[in-house]
Amino acid sequence: MPAVDEILAGKDICICAGSGGVGKTTTSAAIAAGMAARGKRVCVLTIDPAKRLADSLGLRELGNEARKVDPALFERHGVEMKGELWAMMLDAKATFDELVARQAPDEESRDRVLNNRIYQQISSALAGSQEYMAMEKLFELHTEGRFDLLVLDTPPTRNALDFLDAPKRLTQFIEGRSLRVFMKPTGLAAKVAGRGASVALSVFKRIVGFDLIADLAEFFNAFSGMVDGFQARAKRVNSLLADPHTCFLVVCGPQGEPIDEAVYFHRKLVEAKLPFGGVIVNKVHYPAERLRGDGDSADLEAALASRLGDEDLARRVRENFADYQALAERDARNIEHLAAELRTRGVIRVPYLDEDVHDLGGLAEIDRYLFASSEERIEIAAGRA
Amino acid sequence: MLGITPIPDILDKRLVFVTGKGGVGKTTVAVALGLRAAAEGKRTIVCEVASQENASRVFAHREVGFHEVEMEENLWAISIDPDESMREYVLLQLKVRAMRDMLFRSRIFSYLAAATPGLKELVTIGKIWELAQLDRKVKKGRKYDLVIVDAPATGHGVGFLQTPRTFANIARVGPIHGQAQALDRLITDQAHTGTAIVALPEEMPVNESAALEHDLRTEVGVAVDRVYLNGLYPERFSKEEAERLAELAGGENGALRAAARAAASEHDRARSQRAQLARLRRRVEAPVKTLPFLFEPALDVEAARKLAGRLH
Repeated sequence: MPAVDEILAGKDICICAGSGGVGKTTTSAAIAAGMAARGKRVCVLTIDPAKRLADSLGLRELGNEARKVDPALFERHGVEMKGELWAMMLDAKATFDELVARQAPDEESRDRVLNNRIYQQISSALAGSQEYMAMEKLFELHTEGRFDLLVLDTPPTRNALDFLDAPKRLTQFIEGRSLRVFMKPTGLAAKVAGRGASVALSVFKRIVGFDLIADLAEFFNAFSGMVDGFQARAKRVNSLLADPHTCFLVVCGPQGEPIDEAVYFHRKLVEAKLPFGGVIVNKVHYPAERLRGDGDSADLEAALASRLGDEDLARRVRENFADYQALAERDARNIEHLAAELRTRGVIRVPYLDEDVHDLGGLAEIDRYLFASSEERIEIAAGRA
Repeated sequence: MLGITPIPDILDKRLVFVTGKGGVGKTTVAVALGLRAAAEGKRTIVCEVASQENASRVFAHREVGFHEVEMEENLWAISIDPDESMREYVLLQLKVRAMRDMLFRSRIFSYLAAATPGLKELVTIGKIWELAQLDRKVKKGRKYDLVIVDAPATGHGVGFLQTPRTFANIARVGPIHGQAQALDRLITDQAHTGTAIVALPEEMPVNESAALEHDLRTEVGVAVDRVYLNGLYPERFSKEEAERLAELAGGENGALRAAARAAASEHDRARSQRAQLARLRRRVEAPVKTLPFLFEPALDVEAARKLAGRLH
């Protein structure tokens, strides 16, 4: 079981992926903070519309620009910050606008796109645009070379594929190759393509209304000069994701469903030939809770009763312990399954802490596990360290 | 059987969206509400969106797909696939068969349908609306008393419910403009449509639930009827007991130590959760109801049934 700093040695991009509700944002922030504390200049990017990272880092507002987190905040929690931690909340729409401005051949084409109603919808609402813009921003920051390490917290997709396919889907949409010809005012292409297509178009017009079709046509025309630029850029973004200096970490929880998602996600990463670094399981019940006594539970209750001098309390402690043991055993079984499926030793367990993690102190607590050697982790989890 | 007093208001609505961030147990709560309504004699359907099959998984049932499948007495499930909804919508719109056939064969049409922003969400809500009609548009459609929707996670949930209004603005004229407006009226009809927010007793989920309630009320204009705080640990030990147990854990080894430590942890977690519950109550307007943490290996239909009995 390597620690996160070993997994990330020689890497300059770390992408945290996984389904919603598994603590991805907190984990990303903890990894970034831990690597920064160890001397790196790190920037963590989050795309989550729920602004969770800003909460974690004690920043009121994260703009579409990287902001430095005050090292004094860490010192207050006993963490010495040898490097620098920067954080940024991705504004997908602003990033898309910047990208359009960069790709547009002139100001007029730029404004035609920016003012188009279809563009305004897709730049903030189209499924995949957030994911794509996250990668775009990652690419931009990586090209600038200001940071030693970039940590990306991915949006909570319901399906791993959504995330990996986003750039492809979006560029395909922008290309709109098959569509553009039919939307030319002359309609010449429609004649060539035959009656079916023009009827389809006219029926579609009837259903969604003429305005929408006109806007779509305008959108594709406005974008036509930029398609090549977008494609070239998407290609470079994709090769950055597959670069050996990039590392994907899969984040999950110990319950059955998140574990299945993690297995699925790992398989997709391997199929896409993307560099997998390891998996982090959050909120794992302590291995110590799996400890069976020397005798059975009745013996345990009797022993507790004699120590505590309170039979009712002893019974409640024994019942509570049995519930926790069941959860700890479930977690252990699921994690075993995960490790076998992934054929990896790189499973990092972060225990279910007694206190909820939502500030820098909590991040530092998580870092004890993420950055601990395997011996240390066992000691800590067993409550001996 | 769940022979308990009925929950006023929320189950008396015709349409309830269950919302919240990812991983909070939306599906389990949606199914629990469904079980409860069905036990009260209401014909109820639980809808998944975006082709999810979480609800059928809870029932350990094979995938239901775009079909209304009976799970238990009075309780059905459907997984709404946007492409199927689009198809059904077009079938209902176009009476001329030749035209429909041509449309479905045309690649241009499917491309346009995929390219139009928000159309998938719109037809999904359209299908939900159709299910909630007493006079179903679909031939021989079953009449439901209650439609429960397992909505997309927070970030997407508000956008999802806003789709009809957004769409009505994009398509300024035409049949879909009017239909989008009708869907928006359905969502904002506070007498018949409501939402339940599912939260967890942790700092950030509480913050997000408060923000979600605000957005649902002010941006979408939908009624928020309940906030369910899910996964609340029982308070098994008093503060004094926890202190004694922590002390015991320090001086023991093996199972005794582990058991005492687990008890002390339970106390700490239960206490911090109560603090979050209090924060949640202060920060949201809707009544907050708690649901217990289930010490179960898997969240199956029996787990949902336990929650159904605890809904209030």
